[in-house]
Amino acid sequence: MTTTTPRAPAAALPGPLRMTWLHLKYQFLETVRVPVAVLGNLLFPALAMFFFVVPQKEVAQDPLAATMAVASLGLFAICSASLFTYGLGVAEDRQLPFDPFVRTLPAGPAPRMAARVLNGGVFSLFGLVPLVLIAWLFTDASVTWGQLLAGVGTVLLVSVPFVLLGMAIGYSLSAKAALPVVQVILFPLAFAGGLFLPPFLFPDWLNTISMATPTRAGRDLLVQALTGEPAYGGAWFVLLGWTVLFAALAVGAYRRDEGRRFR
Amino acid sequence: MSAQRTSPTRAARPETAPPDADAARPVVAVDHVTRRFGQVVALDDVSLRVGAGELVGLLGPNGAGKSTLLSLVSGQRRPDAGTVRLLGGDPRDARSRVGLGLTPQETGLPATLKVREVVDFVGGHYPNPVPTGELLDQFGLADLARRQTGAMSGGQKRRLAVALSLVGRPRVVLLDEPTTGLDVSARQALWDAIRAYHAGGGTVLLTSHYLEEVQALAQRVVVIDQGVVKADDSLDAILRRVSLRRVVVGSPADLSDRPGVVRADRLGDGRQELYTPDADALVRELVTSGVDFHDLEIRGASLEEAFEQMVARGAAPTTEASAR
Repeated sequence: MTTTTPRAPAAALPGPLRMTWLHLKYQFLETVRVPVAVLGNLLFPALAMFFFVVPQKEVAQDPLAATMAVASLGLFAICSASLFTYGLGVAEDRQLPFDPFVRTLPAGPAPRMAARVLNGGVFSLFGLVPLVLIAWLFTDASVTWGQLLAGVGTVLLVSVPFVLLGMAIGYSLSAKAALPVVQVILFPLAFAGGLFLPPFLFPDWLNTISMATPTRAGRDLLVQALTGEPAYGGAWFVLLGWTVLFAALAVGAYRRDEGRRFR
Repeated sequence: MSAQRTSPTRAARPETAPPDADAARPVVAVDHVTRRFGQVVALDDVSLRVGAGELVGLLGPNGAGKSTLLSLVSGQRRPDAGTVRLLGGDPRDARSRVGLGLTPQETGLPATLKVREVVDFVGGHYPNPVPTGELLDQFGLADLARRQTGAMSGGQKRRLAVALSLVGRPRVVLLDEPTTGLDVSARQALWDAIRAYHAGGGTVLLTSHYLEEVQALAQRVVVIDQGVVKADDSLDAILRRVSLRRVVVGSPADLSDRPGVVRADRLGDGRQELYTPDADALVRELVTSGVDFHDLEIRGASLEEAFEQMVARGAAPTTEASAR
């Protein structure tokens, strides 16, 4: 029984990096042990690729168009994974009694949030693997290793605002409310961002709106990394602006949230 | 202020507090705290001080405000009015919670994580955690280390929950209904663990709606009902207050105003049910007064009943007026 003798802690608290790693490790384990969630993440973009890109010869056989299609679908996969995992996942987690317990541990919100963002990035990358494989085997999409690496880096950066938006929703709403809200946000954002239809088909007014969305900024930056086709001038600026806004919303929502509400 | 409430208990406490420099500072200090949820006043101007090395039982019916009080002490919620200090700091500041241990609710363990992973995860937050293997051994969970928590029985989950509260070598633990739903031997084992922690100098604040559990563990008892502290005293004093006898008797006269009767009810068969601390005196009084009575029956009110009586009785007088 000597093991639990209470003593004033002599050592300092674990640092923020170690704490983030701790949360990342166990969030990853929790996610990966629910195979359906992981498979859904892997399968959806791959299926969309098979149904909408591979059969269209004029896209599939044109290296540039095929690569852009992969980039758009890949980004959609990331938006959807981030918004659903974090919007819905956080809202569901909050209803579990373990969540208020974790909030009593001696760590602020930062390591948990950072870990969630990183975990989102990791699973976004997983979702892209089958997409890239299909594109490589069944289309003429082509990238150099350097471009692929740049693409992966861009994907991780672009996923940040969507993970933050997801968390802002998850910490503000109940799971029941979060689901429709995520859907209402995701699909118009994906469409306006040119993830379903390439933006060169857009009328001017829609194109103007499109360029202010985080999805369009992310898509164009990803296309730029993968094909060298330059993104529009303000893309990084737009992405950064949304990131700051969503981060503020997410932190505010976390602070306001006092766990499961009474009455 | 609650200072005068704590003094008799301090004197009654058998062992001395560890000779730390900050031993005199209260581990938990709740000062005139009010917390509302919409229209409902969960806590109404509650003050409570817990010193180092105390084992305090927080007793009250469901919805009395016990869990709300713990959530304020653990920094999960903030009070609408008043202040809460934990180990001298604001419990909403993570650094103040290094010396705090808390049980998660058993239903809330992450189902897909393995037992040793949950312990590693929680322990990873503390500067000097108990090694996972050692802790699991101590709680008889070593064989389950590789099992997912979703596959554990209720009793095993409870044991893990209490183990988690101790993994960070805390100076104070908050135990919220630690043994609810356990069988007798599992409950005894957990009580032993809590006693051992306390014997090592730890401070314990324990909630229960079972008087029996508080009686087995606590030295000092705080009774909360409808958001108000109804009593704060040593265990013995509280037991004296709640150990009532129940006298059932038929009589044409109303006996509820006899000396020593603290509460009276009419039963379905027309007899009267009288609660009193001294049944002998009451019967003697009935006999000598010459009042007509029949079908006399006496038995000890169970501790549960007695406690219910105490809470119901306390609800009437003036303390309650300010709450509504």
